[in-house]
Amino acid sequence: MLQGHQSWAFRNRPVIVAAATVVGPEEAQGPLANDFDITHGDTLMEQKSWEQAEKKLLEEAAKIATENAGITKEQVQFYVGGDLMNQIVSSSFAARSLAIPYLGVFGACSTSMESLALASLIVDSGSARYAMAGTCSHNSSAEKQFRYPTEYGSQKPPTAQYTVTGAGVAVVAPEGDGPVVTRATIGRVIDMGIKDPFNMGAAMAPAAVDTIQAHFRDFGLEPKHYDLIVTGDLAQVGYDIACDLFEKHKFPIHETKYDDCGLMIYDRKKQTFAGAGGSGCACSATVAYGHLLKKMRKGELNRILVVATGALLSPLTFQQGESIPGIAHAVAIENKGSAS
Amino acid sequence: MSVAGKSKSKLKTTTFTQQEYQNLAKSNEPPRPVARNCLRAFIAGGIICLLGEALMKLFQTYFGFSEKTAGNPTVAVLIFISVVLTCFGVYDKIAQWAGGGTAVPVTGFANSLCSAALEHRSEGLVLGVGGNMFKLAGSVIVYGVTAAFVVGIIHWILGLGG
Repeated sequence: MLQGHQSWAFRNRPVIVAAATVVGPEEAQGPLANDFDITHGDTLMEQKSWEQAEKKLLEEAAKIATENAGITKEQVQFYVGGDLMNQIVSSSFAARSLAIPYLGVFGACSTSMESLALASLIVDSGSARYAMAGTCSHNSSAEKQFRYPTEYGSQKPPTAQYTVTGAGVAVVAPEGDGPVVTRATIGRVIDMGIKDPFNMGAAMAPAAVDTIQAHFRDFGLEPKHYDLIVTGDLAQVGYDIACDLFEKHKFPIHETKYDDCGLMIYDRKKQTFAGAGGSGCACSATVAYGHLLKKMRKGELNRILVVATGALLSPLTFQQGESIPGIAHAVAIENKGSAS
Repeated sequence: MSVAGKSKSKLKTTTFTQQEYQNLAKSNEPPRPVARNCLRAFIAGGIICLLGEALMKLFQTYFGFSEKTAGNPTVAVLIFISVVLTCFGVYDKIAQWAGGGTAVPVTGFANSLCSAALEHRSEGLVLGVGGNMFKLAGSVIVYGVTAAFVVGIIHWILGLGG
């Protein structure tokens, strides 16, 4: 039900009964490698193109997620998903092979939490017994569509981020074993006039801050309610800016631990190619569904707020000199005993 | 000023909050290591040119080319090396280190063609490779030819032409 201005409170506590993550070789070399279900050794995965490989990542994650939930894909009523490709083809083509009734959504890299919020809403309203939320991204297909050919020798500035190759899928049900989705805040599109496509963190940070502040205003909560607040893919530059903005707005983020998925997925000292950090739909999806949910199951975390951030640009808009609009969606995931 | 003109100029200017934010963002941006990039470009570009010189001498000494004609096989060899390195996925890694050093010489031009051709192979030979091969190199050719034309005209007007 509606809470405050732009949030949903899920009264029936939809449960994330299963989740699965699949990643590529670079993520498998990173510090979170052990938290992923499948790690691929090469980026093409025996497919003919990067785009097909991206679709395969999502299909595999969906397969494992339904297996982990102990159901078949026929039992899933709705699949809500999207990705970065034009016309969200990776998700739609994966939905073709999954044959699950499908709602395609686009929120750039915020799609992970956008789809989870919608899947939770569907389950919370009693409209599905099982709903699936999923997203994927592939470093090479993203480079090809948004920047240059993958083998082109262009020098990237230190603000540039590295698109995560991977997919993350969560299965939501009215009851079962697992953490529950308690709240969601849908973000506004915020554009502060940043035009540099190699500095996405700076373009998205204001949207993340806006959504986080809206979340706490709508629910009348304080940051210390959560053990951890994570943004999706602000990386180093955006994370630092977000911290500055919180301070400027006198928002007490220091009450809790604040981190960013883009800073967690790679070891930037060893994996220097990552630049400022990770990005892409799969960044927040694999870190949240892989790393953070496992920590919750172990009881190391009880209440988390995942704020997936997205840059809503296309190669065309930035070539035409438009600035980069940002968006962020927040979803609160809590262990059953701790859910309030 | 007309109303339309006003709104247009308004669109171009940013609000105070946006400006304030852009200053904040700028202060958080790690600076580009310009001096280091220049040094690396100098070293990498220098090595490529040195290799070119060595090849020129090689073709002149052992293959009977003149100083004027030795340029062609030299460029061909450099292009070949660049294409091989691109195909093995090494060139982009060298370029991240070398920057302008590998982009400016003929090797960079070959890399831009080869990488685009490789990337779009999945869309077929005609619309993929053929249609996209000059995606990056096209502007070099267009403005190279245009610049040469303008310089040629100036050259002719000044009466320096033959």
